[in-house]
Amino acid sequence: MLLIRCPWCGDRAELEFRHCGEAHIVRPADPSAQSDAEWAEYLYLRENPRGWHRERWRHIHGCGRFFNALRHTGTDRFAATYRAEDPRPEIPE
Amino acid sequence: MSQRFGLLSLAREALRGHRGWQPQWRSPERPRDAYDVVIVGGGGHGLATAYYLAKEHGLAGRVAVLEKGWIGGGNTGRNTTIIRSNYLFPESAALYDHAVKLWEGLSQDLDYNVMFSPRGVMMLAHNVHDVQSFRRHVHANRLDGVDNEWLTPAQAKAYCPPLDIDCARHPVLGAALQRRGGVARHDAVAWGYARAASALGVDIVQNCEVTGIDRDPATGAVTGLRTSKGAVRAGRIGVVAAGSTSLVMAMAGLRMPLESFPLQALVSEPVKPVFPCVVMSNTVHAYISQSDKGELVIGAGTDQYPSYSQAGGVQILTHTLEAICEMFPIFRRMRMLRSWGGIVDTTPDRSPIIGTTPVPGLFVNCGWGTGGFKATPGSGHVFAATIARGEPHPIAAPFSLERFTTGRLIDEAAAAAVAH
Repeated sequence: MLLIRCPWCGDRAELEFRHCGEAHIVRPADPSAQSDAEWAEYLYLRENPRGWHRERWRHIHGCGRFFNALRHTGTDRFAATYRAEDPRPEIPE
Repeated sequence: MSQRFGLLSLAREALRGHRGWQPQWRSPERPRDAYDVVIVGGGGHGLATAYYLAKEHGLAGRVAVLEKGWIGGGNTGRNTTIIRSNYLFPESAALYDHAVKLWEGLSQDLDYNVMFSPRGVMMLAHNVHDVQSFRRHVHANRLDGVDNEWLTPAQAKAYCPPLDIDCARHPVLGAALQRRGGVARHDAVAWGYARAASALGVDIVQNCEVTGIDRDPATGAVTGLRTSKGAVRAGRIGVVAAGSTSLVMAMAGLRMPLESFPLQALVSEPVKPVFPCVVMSNTVHAYISQSDKGELVIGAGTDQYPSYSQAGGVQILTHTLEAICEMFPIFRRMRMLRSWGGIVDTTPDRSPIIGTTPVPGLFVNCGWGTGGFKATPGSGHVFAATIARGEPHPIAAPFSLERFTTGRLIDEAAAAAVAH
């Protein structure tokens, strides 16, 4: 089980959290101006990298808030968790 | 040509002290410089694809399978071997039932005992939603010509005596039974396809990781691959890389509607035959059968986050074992021997992707998520036809990559409200 640092509540067990997918995906401001391919890209296409992954989590059994994390999908190690308004942390060497 | 198996060859080898058996498939150290078709991924689906390309499409001797590890070492060797075809939608039922029909004759076709055992797959209903959903499945399957029947709790108990239908925590309100469903021996599936494909001239190259895909700058069409064992020219490439599909497709500049998650399974110590069928409980996420070696084979759920770690959280296993112990009290003192994880590539609608891609010459067969083993022969069969003809096989056509743009999803995820 992962140990996850909620930016508001501190270190908590993974059971308290819900993973919410890839981070920094922005909903198009004018959906009706999108082509089908652009809309499909927004809805469905994902990076799914083996390596550092920016992703959203929500502390559902705690403060209830969303935040972002930088986690390595090969080792599951977290480099950082950060609030949506925070600058994006650098990818570790 | 590989050896035939039979009473005569067995008797001959018995008299010679079993010293005359040959390796079952050729395993060239390096790929040749060029092939007509290269399959990326030496799991069951990839090997089956190569076999049917060679057998049914006149490509004997012109196909290679490149595998970064050893054949059948990914999800083919890590699943719980459940075979069934009672999916809700006609497109899915057609695809999975095509596979079940091939399973029924596969040992004869390959001259290799894949130990297909149609002992029946029973899916338990624990609440009113399950009952309504599964009965709808039963009726839909019958309309599609796929067998599936509804059992009362007493009938479910009779079919699987270890089941506690009065279980206080997970009462059994009924079950859907597909009698043609069952299990097969996972390693034998990989080995049987490898042996049969190799006999038709397919080169199976292990420890050969694909590191790049080359494309013609003018047309964008694929021209070959770069691998850890040198460059290979090929006009057609079929990617069948399961959890690593996104990584391979990125080499051709494509993003996929896939996320890769760890899925875990575990086996118990071996005991005498005690469990006559396959039981699935989607609601509490537990799948159980007994292998011919006597181990209980138990499937758990996926972790919630994407990962390539081939491990998973222990809490996932605990959750499944709690459910198993509640539903089958006789197993409470069983010891578990080992657990493992595989990386499953899941699509947004939980249906696979089989077909062409925007890159000419590049084909993909992926997105089988948590339930690809059952489809192995059918998947390989329709994917081989798709590669050979350059257009989707009729059964594969609804499972195109374009469905995510057109919106014609095959939403088995919503249909069952669980992983499968």
